[in-house]
Amino acid sequence: MPEVDLARSTRRELNAALHALLPETNETHWLVRNPGGQHALAAGINAPVTVEIDGHAGYYCAGMNQQANVIINGNAGVGVAENMMSGMVHVKGDASQAAGATAHGGLLVIDGNASARCGISMKGVDIVVKGSIGPMSAFMAQAGNLVVLGDAGEALGDSLYETRIFVRGQVKSLGADCTQKEMRPEHLEILAALLAQAGVEDSVTPEQFKRYGSARQLYNFHVDNASAY
Amino acid sequence: MDNSETPRTLPRYSATFDPHTLAEIRRAAATGIYDIRGGGTKRALPHFDDLLFLGASVSRYPLEGYREKCATDVWLGTRFAKKPLHLKIPITIAGMSFGALSGQAKEALGRGASIAGTSTTTGDGGMTPEERGQSQHLVYQYLPSRYGMNPDDLRKADAIEVVIGQGAKPGGGGMLLGQKISDRVAQMRTLPMGIDQRSACRHPDWTGPDDLEIKIEELREITDWEKPIYVKVGATRPYYDVALAVKSGADVVVLDGMQGGTAATQDVFIEHVGIPILAAIRPAVQALQDMGLHRKVQLIVSGGIRNGADVAKALALGADAVAIGTAALVALGDNDPRYQAEYEALGSSAGAYDDWHEGRDPAGITTQDPLLAARLDPVMAGRRLANYLAVMTLEAQTIARACGKSHLHNLEPEDLVALTIEAAAMARVPLAGTDWIPGAKF
Repeated sequence: MPEVDLARSTRRELNAALHALLPETNETHWLVRNPGGQHALAAGINAPVTVEIDGHAGYYCAGMNQQANVIINGNAGVGVAENMMSGMVHVKGDASQAAGATAHGGLLVIDGNASARCGISMKGVDIVVKGSIGPMSAFMAQAGNLVVLGDAGEALGDSLYETRIFVRGQVKSLGADCTQKEMRPEHLEILAALLAQAGVEDSVTPEQFKRYGSARQLYNFHVDNASAY
Repeated sequence: MDNSETPRTLPRYSATFDPHTLAEIRRAAATGIYDIRGGGTKRALPHFDDLLFLGASVSRYPLEGYREKCATDVWLGTRFAKKPLHLKIPITIAGMSFGALSGQAKEALGRGASIAGTSTTTGDGGMTPEERGQSQHLVYQYLPSRYGMNPDDLRKADAIEVVIGQGAKPGGGGMLLGQKISDRVAQMRTLPMGIDQRSACRHPDWTGPDDLEIKIEELREITDWEKPIYVKVGATRPYYDVALAVKSGADVVVLDGMQGGTAATQDVFIEHVGIPILAAIRPAVQALQDMGLHRKVQLIVSGGIRNGADVAKALALGADAVAIGTAALVALGDNDPRYQAEYEALGSSAGAYDDWHEGRDPAGITTQDPLLAARLDPVMAGRRLANYLAVMTLEAQTIARACGKSHLHNLEPEDLVALTIEAAAMARVPLAGTDWIPGAKF
């Protein structure tokens, strides 16, 4: 297993080595020691490998990830897994703002809490937060699923497009054009699959959640809705 | 009494409540919606026309036209990027989206720019294969919406432009109304078809220049420090915005004045927010000079560039290159008088048509209607753009040679005077025939 000690190597050396990996590489499990909260660690990987970061990561860890499985044994800074396309990012601690921002695909699992704007402008990613999420989460979220086992802060799903939001706890308030929706069988099915992928299917059931989505009232401008803009 | 011979007061229109203003009040009252349109500001502004070059004479000598070389090339991104761009001419094509423009129009821009040896730029909504395929140098815009943003395209780009704002609407987000959200546009943007596409005005995962520095680091890491990173700002507080963009690690700063166009924005925004490019260049250059980075971090300016004289003046004021958008569309065929009857049917006129957001452009450029879009032949339109770029370059060279310069970048503020006090103050060059620069500190 390749090990990179960031107390002795640079971030550039780490990322360059990860970018050089070919799909058929045998170096499939990397361990990164002493990350020291550096930014953009393991950003831009495009290979089916596992990268385990043993400590806290700074901004944009695993940014734009493709295929890789990135595990952060600590907290993650702003924009973890931003614009992820595929693969999986697992934060064992808490995540800062804008976790999973604009991500198109893959799975982001946060064992702790996520701060404000979790899932902002998400475009197809699935996000499971085992704790709670901060205000303005899923702002302008377009596609994918945001699952929150704890509570959600103010203005959840403001100006939402087609992302599905599932919250088990309390929602402080809903944003403009976000509304509670009926939980149909297909939603329970999606939720069950995501809970299983996040490894919490034994302790959490889909029936404990409420579903939120777009009321679709702001999809085409109408002057009578001007106060919502 | 017979009053027929008595002189009468003619109907007098108010300068404040002029016919356009009255019509706008009536329209607002009838619809309840602000006016949305494309393009840049239409009001008269201090502009490059208010500057003149001092050609060579006894105290300076000129270069021989067509014989003595006047070089035009420019390097962009030499500060940090492993692969800076080397363009043959300092006139680039500004960012315009597929969605706002048809696929054919984007292809034509790429073709024209490639013939001329310059770059073209994507816009909101991502990169199309037609555009990448036909563009020798393609700048990939990184916008707040991140529509269509993906690392594969990022790696295919020749440079990355982080868009903070644009001259037509500094501080505003984007808008593409439902009429133009075709299947393909909707798919590229991960949106339902036919809905109004709203783009955020701020980036989703950073705020402020300290975060921008980290974001730029991330983009460099993802692309292995190969690509030049531009930062584009709308002209408002150019000294500070340029200084902060440079502090954040930009290789190139793109500065867009209020004449710069947009696909669709509120008219009130276009006409009342931002400053003219003439007023923005010198403070921007000053910021670069104060940081010791003029010509090391390159400055691209845009907003109302129309001809080689504008190019020469922008470069003389300290820019490294210019970008054109509206003028490039006109070269392709936008607002062509041959479609006058159709413009009139839309309630407009050739030369005034700006309802680009409606997607009914008779010229087939600002539309997603397949029948209208098919009117534009990308090969011929690309050729027209290339011709136009060649003319602009020749014009700029003509002026530079007359000023005795062997490279367009050798033009300098000392070569210029202003026709108006306003232009003299904004461009920081003397009023013609005087040594007076209004506002200059001595």
